[in-house]
Amino acid sequence: MGTRDLFKIVPKEEYLLPGNPSCPGCPASLGLRYVLKALDGKAILVIPACCTSIIIGPYPHSSVKVPVLNMAFAAAAAAATGISEALELRGINDVHVVVWAGDGGTSDIGLQALSGAAERGNNIIYICYDNEAYMNTGIQRSGLTPYGAWTTTTIKGKRELKKDMPMIVAMHKVPYVATASVGFPLDLYQKVKKASRYRGFKYIHLLAPCPYGWRFPADKTVEVAKLAVKTGMWPLYEIEEGRFRLTGPSSSLIDPSRRLPVIEYLKVQGRFRHLSEKDVRDIQRFVDEMWRRIEELIK
Amino acid sequence: MEGGRIIPLAKPKVGSAGVTGTWRVFRPVVDTVKCVKCGLCWLYCPEVAIEPGDDGRPRILYDYCKGCGICANECPVKAIKMVKE
Amino acid sequence: MRMLLTSNYAAAYAVKLAKVDIVAAYPITPQTQVVEKLAEFIERGLMRARMIRVESEHSAMAACIGGSAVGARVFTATSSQGLLYMYEMLWWASGARLPIVMGVVSRAIAPPWSIWADHSDILSMRDSGWIIFFAENAQEVLDTIVQAYRIAEDEKVLLPVAVGWDAFTSSHTAEPVELPEEKEIESFLPERPRTPFVLSPSDPSSHGNLAYPEDYFKFRYAISESMKEARRVIIEVGKKYAKLTGREYGLMDKYRCEDADIILITMGSMAGDAKDAVDVMRDEGYKVGLIKLRCLRPFPKEELGDLLKRVKGVGVVERSFSMGRGGVISVETASALTELGIKDVTIISYIAGLGGKDVGMDDFVKIFLDLQDKCERGASFETIWYGMKEGM
Repeated sequence: MGTRDLFKIVPKEEYLLPGNPSCPGCPASLGLRYVLKALDGKAILVIPACCTSIIIGPYPHSSVKVPVLNMAFAAAAAAATGISEALELRGINDVHVVVWAGDGGTSDIGLQALSGAAERGNNIIYICYDNEAYMNTGIQRSGLTPYGAWTTTTIKGKRELKKDMPMIVAMHKVPYVATASVGFPLDLYQKVKKASRYRGFKYIHLLAPCPYGWRFPADKTVEVAKLAVKTGMWPLYEIEEGRFRLTGPSSSLIDPSRRLPVIEYLKVQGRFRHLSEKDVRDIQRFVDEMWRRIEELIK
Repeated sequence: MEGGRIIPLAKPKVGSAGVTGTWRVFRPVVDTVKCVKCGLCWLYCPEVAIEPGDDGRPRILYDYCKGCGICANECPVKAIKMVKE
Repeated sequence: MRMLLTSNYAAAYAVKLAKVDIVAAYPITPQTQVVEKLAEFIERGLMRARMIRVESEHSAMAACIGGSAVGARVFTATSSQGLLYMYEMLWWASGARLPIVMGVVSRAIAPPWSIWADHSDILSMRDSGWIIFFAENAQEVLDTIVQAYRIAEDEKVLLPVAVGWDAFTSSHTAEPVELPEEKEIESFLPERPRTPFVLSPSDPSSHGNLAYPEDYFKFRYAISESMKEARRVIIEVGKKYAKLTGREYGLMDKYRCEDADIILITMGSMAGDAKDAVDVMRDEGYKVGLIKLRCLRPFPKEELGDLLKRVKGVGVVERSFSMGRGGVISVETASALTELGIKDVTIISYIAGLGGKDVGMDDFVKIFLDLQDKCERGASFETIWYGMKEGM
């Protein structure tokens, strides 16, 4: 496959501008690049407090060629609701209202507003880019920090389990929920495009491995994002109108022998360096249990 | 009063954080002979600092490339080397 | 057309007259009827608007900000705990320079729980950059909300406006209200202009990006300058509204102040009882008057000064207190007089009515007499918690 083939799948046009304040190797940057491509730049972004609040550029400059409403931490989904209702009232239906939020602004402080918007079925695409901690404020633990991970507030490793955000949203009976990874940008691109064709509340949960918070070299961002999927720790799936379906490389991972052992993913990240053998066995067990549940969902 | 003077509205600009190429410790160098024009480096660059050149080979925007090295890591034929600045 | 309306219903009628696009609100006693009436208007097709039944007050203001940022005319209403819950977003609305209008059914703050009239909630907004009005009765609620949009959307102002009224004594009390015709209001309040901005992909801008100190300082200065313009705009709009309806509004109302020796200042529904007390005192030969504050921000310093410069004493009767300092309006009034160089005026702060404690005509008469007494004794500035043993 060559560049010309790639351009048949994903357009050349860019809406994210280089020379922005993101860290080298930033997964949020990579993810946002494809979200905007999938929407052909016809989006209004609502960005609560998160890394992207900085990546978006300091006044008077912006690093994206789409309108953005920066918003307080808890309020992204609610502000987006206001925008989508106002646009609808004026008959404007070719502009997508997109929340681009981190894991903290989604599963912790932003959960209430998200749940409200999902229950009301407001016409929003909500994308959580999950770097699994409060990275913008210096790597503090969030509700989406995984079991065992080091953060500045879980020095010995988090003991609580990661909230299952996509399933929580799916239980609101919204038309489209998906998981994605910046290691598979074309899968992300297609999912955003698919989401944009539905009316109502759409949710995409995007794995965004952060080199600085997860303690791995910046050139490994995509590799780590792929390993998460290949070890089965991060299943790629869609729930379309209630129907569950695995996508991309995850479709062949029901068979446990085709999943790489979780240690392959854990060992490349400094945030898991302190894990004991029992911890790794537990994590492998959690993953295997999750795949058994996935198997049930597919039946 | 003109809108921009009273409200915090920012406009799109390349290099909103300045010439971020100065952040680099290592720079990516493409071996044009080894390059098979797969486009994966362009696909995976988080900075949008790789442009598809006219000949299908990557053109790196050194003014903005931050030297993360993802392109080199993902290149299937190891045609990109990270060279110390 | 004349209707018998509570202040809550009057607010809903005002929002309907103003042809608001989006109502985003969360229920709280005693605001609920405002939103219920609006829901009825919308569902019956009498109002072409969207109602967003948000899951919290914080989200209510966020939804208003979102809608306003793409050019819609928006409204919300709340009280007490709800207002405090959305406090962060209040500052966001004014900092964003969005012409949002909000009704505040002023209610005491918990704990302990209280649902009754108290102005502590709306006064907690005083530093936020919102324009703040307080209405005495249902007619004022209606007229002020309609004018609020005109004021907020003025390109020299571009600040959100809060209109307060008292819990239960106004919100649930039915009074005769004169409703302007839709056609009249259409000319008074045309479609919302595209200021200060309308987010749209055709002109991508990013709102609220990080601003370094030099720039942030300039944004705050701009708000202050707009507050100054707002004083002038409020009066202009009041005059235009008078041409339409015969009812003129300014920054305050004065009642029998012309030759008064002592004047009371108050706010909200108790002004009605205060006016009755003025009449009773005048019948007894006392030269007294009442100032009813209508606009708290921008604070009507010069106007107050004009009325108070020749009096012997002023009493501020308020349902609010800044813990550790003094009555909010009392302290602002005293400061205003000092700033204007007005000396030798006895200023007594009467803290009354917190938590909905009733302040009736008899209380105002007692207060007038007490103030008279304090003037004769040459008092300077005193605070009295009306009704407490050590007080009165």
